[in-house]
Amino acid sequence: MASGNRSQAAQGLGLIAPPLGYAVLVLAAPLLTILAYSFFKDGYLTVIREFTLENYRAVWSDPIFHKIMLRSLGVAALVTLVTVVLAFPVAYFLSFAVDPRKKSMWLFLITIPFWTSYLIRVFLWKVILGYNGVINSGLKSLGIIEQPLTFILYNVNSMVLTLAHAYAPFAILPIFIALEKIDRSLLEAGRDLGESRAMTFWRVTLPLAMPGVVAAALIVFIPTIGDYVTPALIGGGKIPMIANMIQSQMLDQDNRPMGSALAVTAMLIVALLSLVFVALNRRFLKVRQ
Amino acid sequence: MSQSQKTTAAHRAAMAGAKPMIECRQVQKYYGDYHALRGIDLTIRAGEFFSLLGPSGCGKTTLLRTIAGFEDISSGVVLIDGQDMEGVPANRRPTNMVFQSYAIFPHLTVAENVGFGLRRDPRSKAEKAAAVEEALAMVGLKGYGARASHALSGGQRQRVALARALILKPKVLLLDEPLSALDRKMREQMQVELIKLQRQVGITFVLVTHDQEEALVMSDRIAVMFEGQIAQLDGPEALYARPTSRRVANFIGVMNFLPTRVLGETLSGVEVEVPGLGRVEIPAANVSHADPGDDGPSVGFRPEAVSLVSAGAPGQARVAEGVVDEVVYYGDMTYYDVRLDGSAGFDGQARPVRIAMRNVFGREVQDVGTRANVSWSPGSLVLFR
Repeated sequence: MASGNRSQAAQGLGLIAPPLGYAVLVLAAPLLTILAYSFFKDGYLTVIREFTLENYRAVWSDPIFHKIMLRSLGVAALVTLVTVVLAFPVAYFLSFAVDPRKKSMWLFLITIPFWTSYLIRVFLWKVILGYNGVINSGLKSLGIIEQPLTFILYNVNSMVLTLAHAYAPFAILPIFIALEKIDRSLLEAGRDLGESRAMTFWRVTLPLAMPGVVAAALIVFIPTIGDYVTPALIGGGKIPMIANMIQSQMLDQDNRPMGSALAVTAMLIVALLSLVFVALNRRFLKVRQ
Repeated sequence: MSQSQKTTAAHRAAMAGAKPMIECRQVQKYYGDYHALRGIDLTIRAGEFFSLLGPSGCGKTTLLRTIAGFEDISSGVVLIDGQDMEGVPANRRPTNMVFQSYAIFPHLTVAENVGFGLRRDPRSKAEKAAAVEEALAMVGLKGYGARASHALSGGQRQRVALARALILKPKVLLLDEPLSALDRKMREQMQVELIKLQRQVGITFVLVTHDQEEALVMSDRIAVMFEGQIAQLDGPEALYARPTSRRVANFIGVMNFLPTRVLGETLSGVEVEVPGLGRVEIPAANVSHADPGDDGPSVGFRPEAVSLVSAGAPGQARVAEGVVDEVVYYGDMTYYDVRLDGSAGFDGQARPVRIAMRNVFGREVQDVGTRANVSWSPGSLVLFR
């Protein structure tokens, strides 16, 4: 029995060995390198392999880091809020209003934005929002405005708009799945017990959809903190986020230990916040059997 | 068993005078081309335990959901306590429902589930909590209020669903196959408890079930439905003893059918000739004109309406002879399939009849192939012509 288990375990390990090896190679190895670099000294254009905590001390006492990290968290929080609030009605429509036979087609349509690369989509937003972009020239030719609107590009609003669009499917899908799992007789029970549609939504549908909402928030929040392309293109480089700061340290100023320390610190902060999400979701999931 | 636990003839007689609680008049329901309800005419009396019985797809659940307000009707009228329900949404109807899946809110505790409908109740928090505790006590769940609802067993869920509906004191409680998810023991226990509860609260209960035994045990009256229509509406005894069609007879329990030739009407019934039984006069009350079927007229009788007797037993009205074809032993009962002499019928086909005998101490179970004497009486036969 025991030997059978062992050979089964060995078989399992054998099966996952190639992808595991690959994952270790492309994920763990660079991570460990970054971690090691963050404790090395910077010797201007070279890296001195001596242990130091100086990089971390510098990062934590740097007011620019504080500002940019808070901005990254703020933008990510705003993007998460906007994305989830916009995704919920879409997911709700998909789950409750769409004919069951047409649901897969709708899901397919929602993935259409993924057919083009992220970079191109971000660039297209620049075309739409720009000084001589679609919106400005359109409004100008209609005579609604005389001067191009400047508040729609190179600021946080435009970044939130772009990122919310980019991550919409990631938010729609988990919420959709949570809504699909709700037993429809629960909603009828809510109505039967005297509540209107709106109150039934508030007291039954929304609490039961919360695991999906939390998952969606997590899926949107984490990657947006570290987003690099959108601040660079849509933000015009004037409102850098943490990824831009890391890039600047790593490449522009060639201070790899400092860049690594920044990256590790940002990663720790994100990990801590993720734990909060996980704890939240565990609370919501506990009620489900 | 106390009297209150069993549906009695006296109780039903008292019911007969009660005012109507639910009235359906020519209710039609279409789902696209599908005709789900084909002109339902039905009156359910106040305080009655009423069952809608039928096979799946017969429209019984649709009718219940129509009364609850979850389905619109295509035409016709539904009145509850004299009020037209057209345009009245489910949350404004004086009905509450126990769902087949119980629909217990998984994110709420037992007490929160039971108190769900009390949000707009003007009473104080403490009074509402007391009402919840009282409702839980009524269904035998005293002290369960703080439990998480997902930790409950099937039977407990059902009790919570009942308490949650009854706490609102509806005029009508609708039950959609409430016992189908329970195991046999639990089901039988809940049947008795539901009857007690209904007598206690005095609310009109409308039960949907496909289980004929359940309907017979619990109901004051039963409507048997096939294909969107009511085939027969009667009390349990009448339904069982005098089904008005072969279809109803077959759906409720087992009935033996023998092809029959009608000889003529008499003053008190119909004179027929039945192969295997001979000439019989069927009492007029036992004659059904509803559904002769494709095979022409036939007489039917329940397996327990006849019995096997020892040869030459004295005092029996009529005895037919035959051969035991099959024996099925059930412990408390034995089922015999008996081929009656001369039962080959007008088409030459022999049809064994099923006879149910309670096993009593001292009487041996007969073997296959032995001669059987079947005692019967004309009053236990039903004629379908």
